[in-house]
Order: sequence, then C-alpha cells, then structure tokens
Amino acid sequence: MWFNRTLFAAVGLTATLSMQLALAQPSGVECIAPSDPGGGWDFTCRSVGRLLEEQDRVDGSVKVTNMSGGDGGVGMSYVVSKRNEDPNLLVAASTATISNLAQDRYTGLDHEAVRWVASLGADFGAIVVREDSPYENLNQLLDDVMEDPSQVSFGGGSVAGTWDDLKVRLLAKAAGMEDIADINYVAFNSGGPAQTQLLGGHIDAYTGDFSEIAGQLEAGNVRVLAILAPERLAAAPDVPTAIEQGYDVIGANWRGFYAPGNISDEEYQEWVSILGELYQSEGWQEAMEANGLGPFWQGGEEFGEFVDQNIEQLVETSREVGVLE
Amino acid sequence: MDTLFQLYGGFLIALEPQNLALALLGAFLGTLFGALPGLGPANGVAILIPLAFAMDLQASSALIFLVNIYYGAMFGGRISSILLNIPGDEPAMMTVLDGYPMAKAGRAGEALAITAIASFVGATVATIGLTLLAPALVQFALLFGSAEYFLLYVLAFALLGGLATGHVVKTWIATLIGLVISTVGLDLHTGVPRFTFNEMKLFEGVDPIVAIIGFFAISEVLWLLRSQGTGSTFKAKVGKTVVGLAVLRRTFFTMIRSSFIGFVCGVLPGAGATLGSFAAYSLERKWVDKEGTFGTGDPRGVAAPEAGNNAAAGGALVPMLALGIPGSGTTAVLLGVLISLNVTPGPLLFTQRPDVAWGLIAALYMSNVVLLVLNLPLVGIFVRLLSVPVQLLLPIVALICFVGVYAISHSVFDIYMMIAMGTFAYFLRLVDIPLVPIVLGILLGGDMETNLRRAISLSNGDWSILFGSPVALTLWALIVLMAVLPMIMERFKSKRVLPAANED
Repeated sequence: MWFNRTLFAAVGLTATLSMQLALAQPSGVECIAPSDPGGGWDFTCRSVGRLLEEQDRVDGSVKVTNMSGGDGGVGMSYVVSKRNEDPNLLVAASTATISNLAQDRYTGLDHEAVRWVASLGADFGAIVVREDSPYENLNQLLDDVMEDPSQVSFGGGSVAGTWDDLKVRLLAKAAGMEDIADINYVAFNSGGPAQTQLLGGHIDAYTGDFSEIAGQLEAGNVRVLAILAPERLAAAPDVPTAIEQGYDVIGANWRGFYAPGNISDEEYQEWVSILGELYQSEGWQEAMEANGLGPFWQGGEEFGEFVDQNIEQLVETSREVGVLE
Repeated sequence: MDTLFQLYGGFLIALEPQNLALALLGAFLGTLFGALPGLGPANGVAILIPLAFAMDLQASSALIFLVNIYYGAMFGGRISSILLNIPGDEPAMMTVLDGYPMAKAGRAGEALAITAIASFVGATVATIGLTLLAPALVQFALLFGSAEYFLLYVLAFALLGGLATGHVVKTWIATLIGLVISTVGLDLHTGVPRFTFNEMKLFEGVDPIVAIIGFFAISEVLWLLRSQGTGSTFKAKVGKTVVGLAVLRRTFFTMIRSSFIGFVCGVLPGAGATLGSFAAYSLERKWVDKEGTFGTGDPRGVAAPEAGNNAAAGGALVPMLALGIPGSGTTAVLLGVLISLNVTPGPLLFTQRPDVAWGLIAALYMSNVVLLVLNLPLVGIFVRLLSVPVQLLLPIVALICFVGVYAISHSVFDIYMMIAMGTFAYFLRLVDIPLVPIVLGILLGGDMETNLRRAISLSNGDWSILFGSPVALTLWALIVLMAVLPMIMERFKSKRVLPAANED
C-alpha cells in the first residue's frame, strides 16, 4: 500500500515536472503588447498573432503577453535587458512608441536598441465623446477647451505629452490656443481602460485611434467628433475629418512591430518576409478593413529608415506644441 | 423567457458527446496548469489555444474546451497552496493561510474536497449572476472612476487589519514593505525610473508572481531546512478525502457570502480574482471567526477565498462580454479566442451572435459540474503527494519553483529575484512579520498609486474628488468601519493572540 502510494506520487511529480520543463523550452512565438488589454498594441498583437497561427506562418502558437507601464517603456527595457537574443519574439509598436523615443522617455534606450521589423497599416486618430455628450462637433469641444481647459478632461492610452496627448495639442494649436500646456489630459495604461472611463462619464473625451473605438461606435455607445485622417474612412463614412471642420491636423499612427536588437540578420529577414506575406493575405486585408486601418506597408531596412524620419518629425512636432524645449 | 430559451439552446450544444469529452479534457489540463506554481489561467489558456486549433474544432467546441481550461486553472490553483504552501497562481494566495495548516494537521484531503466544492459554489453563483445581471452590472462597473478605484484599493488595505495575527503593527509594517517594493520600476504615469539603480532589468518592477513564489515556496524550503526536515511537518496519514455533512453545513454560508463578494470584485475591470479572494477571506474572518481559529486550519478559511476567486473569475466575464473590454489577462485571451472564431466581441455580441454568447454561458455552467465531478476523485491522488518524504519533496519543490519562474519570464535575473525574495521572507518569518500583506502591497500598490494620481490629475489637483460621488462616500464609510472596528473590538475583547500561520 505504501509502495503503491509513493509510486503514484512519483509518477504524478514526474509528469508535472516534465510538463514544466516542456514549457520552459518555449515553442512558438510570443508577442508582447506593452500595455494593458484592450488598446491598439493589444489589438496589433492579437489580430496579427491570430492570423500567423491560422495561416501557419510560424511553428506552434502565438502567445500574447500584456506588459504595461511607462507607455511601452517597461516592455522595451524588458526586451533589451532580458530577451535581447530571442528570435521568437515580436513587440507591438506604433507612432506612439516613436513619440516616446523622440522625447527620450524610455530611460537609457533609443530607437537603435531594437530592430524595426515592419509596419502593417495606418490607424487614424479619433476624438471621441460619449453618445449622450453635449458636444456635437469638434468646434464646440475645442471652443470649450480654449475658454477653460480645466473644464474638459481628455483621457488616452499614452503618457502625458506623447502620441494621444500630442493629437489633442495639435488640434488646440490649430484652433489658435496659446496655453496648450493647460490641457487636462489624463494617462491610462492602454486605450481599453480609458474607454471604460469615457463610457462611465469620468472623462469628457477620449483621444485614441479609430480601430480602438470601432466596436463602441457600431454599438452606438460613443460619438466620434473627428477622425484625424486626410479623408473620411470607408469604415465610418458618417464621421467627419478634423480638416473638414477647419483644423488642419492629421494623426496617422502606423501599427507594426520591433524585434530584439541582437537577433541575426537572417532571423530579422525571416520576420520581414513572414509579415510581408501576412500583409498581402486576404485575412489581414479583411481585418484592416473591419477595423478602419488604412494600407501602409513598410518592411526591413526601408522601415528602419522610415523610423529614423518618423523620430525627427515627432521631435519637431513635440517642439511645436511645447512638449520639448 | 427568451433568455432561458437561448440558454437551453446553448446547453443542447454543450451536451453533445464530443463536447462533453472536450470539456473533460479541458478541465483536466486546466486543473494541472492551475496547480503548477506560476502558471495561472491566462497562461494555461494561451498555451493550449493552439491545441484547440490543431484539433480543428468548431467555434462552439473550441470555446467549450478553452472555457474548461480557464475554470479548470481557477480550480487547480488551490492544490499546491494547500499541499505545499505554494500558491499555484496569484488568487490562490489566500488559500495558503488555512489550507497549509490543515494539510499539516493531516486534513489535506478534507481541505481539497471543501475547496473543490467552494470553487463550484463560487463559479456557479457567478455564472448565474452573469446570466441574469450582465447588462445591469456593467452600469455598476462604469460607476467606478479613478477616485473610486483608488478607494477600493484603500479598502483592501483597511481589511488587512482583520488579518493581523498577533500584532497589528507588524501587519502595517508588512504592508508598507509591500508598497515600497511596488514602487520599484518605471513610474507607470510618466515613465521615470524609480529605485532601479539604473539597472534596466529592474525597470519592469518586481513581478508579483516571482515575489509570491519566492515569499511562499522558497522561504518554506528554507524554513523546513532550519528544522532539518525533522519533526515531520506532515502527518503521515493524509486523512479522509470526503467532507462530512457537518463541515459542509458549517462552511455553506461562508461559500455563499464569499461568492457574492468575489463576484462583485470580478465585475470591476482590473480589480479581479486576487482582490476577490482576499476580500472574501478577510471579511469572512471578521464575520464568523469568533473563536480565532482562522489561520490555524479552519475549513471556512479555505472555503472563503476559493469561492471568492472562482466567483471573481466568472464576474470578470461581465465587462468582457457586455462591453467588449477585457478586464484581465485571461479575459483578454478569451476575447482573442472569440475574435479568432470570427465573432466580434463587444456590446453587440448578444444581439449579433446570441448562439456564441449563450453557448459560452452554457459552457460555463457545464464546466462547473465537470470540474466538481473530476476534482473530488482526484483529491485522493493529489493528496498522495504528501506521502513523499520531506527530503525528497523539498528539492522537487525548489526545482519546480526554479523551472516555473524561468518558464514565465525566460530570465535568470528573475530566478535571482525569487531567491532574494525567499531569503528576505525567511528572515521576516523569523520575526513574525506576516507575508500576505507584503504580497498584497506588491500586487495592488501600483494600481492604487496610478489611480490616485489619475484622479488628482483629472480634478486639476483638487483632492475633494476623493469624496465626489456616492460610491466614493460609501467606500469611505466602509474603510473607516473596517479600519476602526477591529481597534474598538480589541478594546472590548481580552487580547487574543493568534499563532502566526507559519508557526511550527
């Protein structure tokens, strides 16, 4: 009897251990969304990850990990300090990531610390209020902001001063506001929690990207006051652009990935071609359309150069609205 | 009536033989994942998703499989808490407090059986709540702004007073240690590094799960080494593996009350299962612990947190299904599954794809039953772990911890961090400083701070926002009640000193 029990236990433990060991040797790919669930980076990882699996473009599964903090800074320092050679790792990035790098907010890191793989689409900025909000258009909202900035609170998934806040500041500047720094912007760990706060009426307006808010718009929970695109989106033809309303502001947010800095050139090229094929696939084209993303492919070295330029642009923009000296 | 009809349709699908088999498989794998330290429900579901695709399942079958893994992992978290003093995941932390003493006293089988039933009750109450109240509950969740979230976390810390074993002061010291540790890393609001000594590996802060494994498992190994494994911590006898009716009757209302508390915590996005099990345990202790037996192996002390955290897991599905906004890592994974099944999650789910929404809810009901049926007989097998001699068990426990931490973080640094935390915890145990408040501080400190800063920033620096809504005022009332009440009761009672949970 005693022997029997010990045997049982030994078998159980061995099974447990081997399972653990198997997990320690990760098969498949990990995609880090450096934010809480429910925002744009999370969307990037989950939708691209799903298609990579469905289309059998990678071995094994794609696991999505949420790692919020410092507007992507926690994720990037984790990758650089702990996973810098891992070829099976992608991190979701966007113009928001670049705005942090441009303002030197990721302590000890610059854009050369990682390898920029590809951009898979353009997501346009959106200024959103609750469906029962008194604001019917962008003019009313911005007029109130100019009159008393403390009366209108904005929330978004970026740290104050970076991408989501920049979009509001650019609009305020276009409206002729002088004390742009007085805008009441509150930072959340991702677009998801900020949307919950908008729906609950705790913030007056949400600044984010169209893909993040598409579901709420369809459900009739929110009103999009303006889309920061050159022209109206096919996914939401009723929503006016900011330009139509007299504010010459475009907020295009590319959505894509970087990989760890020390992977080999072959590993890097493999990612570029995998994502390039995914971009061409019907599945991704459908996902882009459904979420209001515009076409925007950049990959490999070309994308690296684009990132360099993007940083310069955002340094310039940040100076214009007084975030950088 | 319409609701019931839809649900009936969902059940018809869930009861097909193939789906029943999948449910069993999912429940078993989930339980295993939950039992492994470090691998919680989110990891379990994420790792097993490809299996669902590999089997080329239909949408509803895949959903049933994954839901069973999710709930299975919530069930499984308790096993290593009770048997080894290692929480299988964050929400199972509170189960350690009474579960491990029960195991030491030779009542491991009973503890496992009670918790299986408590998990079942919690999850069932939550599923019923989900079925009936989802739309109304969303309105409740939306009442919570940054100020209210901050106060909710303050309330959690105020509840700590009720956990004090012996010294209230030591509990507060422990809480502060936890809060200090939670400030390490990049400041969530502005991205400025704090207490990182310019070491980039510290920028992400201390991973709570690494801290938990260090605090509980490693310090336990060290503790047993100190006594040289003698005085055999475990009774050779594993005890009976069935629960008597008397014990059931005694714990039944605990389970019900805890389920409600857990469910409410689960509905609030971000608060989740950890807060659910914690609040359930502390409140229950205040409520019924007349003899001061909580913390020494009281069956109600294992029933409360398990009912609480399983109810919270169900509650967390409310914002995901009704708002399309996931409140936790696990619900985010399930949301991903829904997307991959070509279902657009979100506010329109119930109107556009009622088959999926109700199929999911039916799967939840069934999953609960499957897990209970599966878990009760398994108790006997799990309990045999304890018949392994200590000198064999300890190295294996240590090994599992090392491999487990590496598996989640892929980083040797985090293994050092785990050892450092374990050693630190060992010394804290020597001076009787309780560990749970520290871990709670690490877990909730960051969110508490960020929400306070958001609230103040929203109000342009006006602190009155903390008193600005009926919800906030209610929370204040509860905080005062919870913090002050124990002190008053202390005056009236003769000083009762409870032995610390870690005392030999």
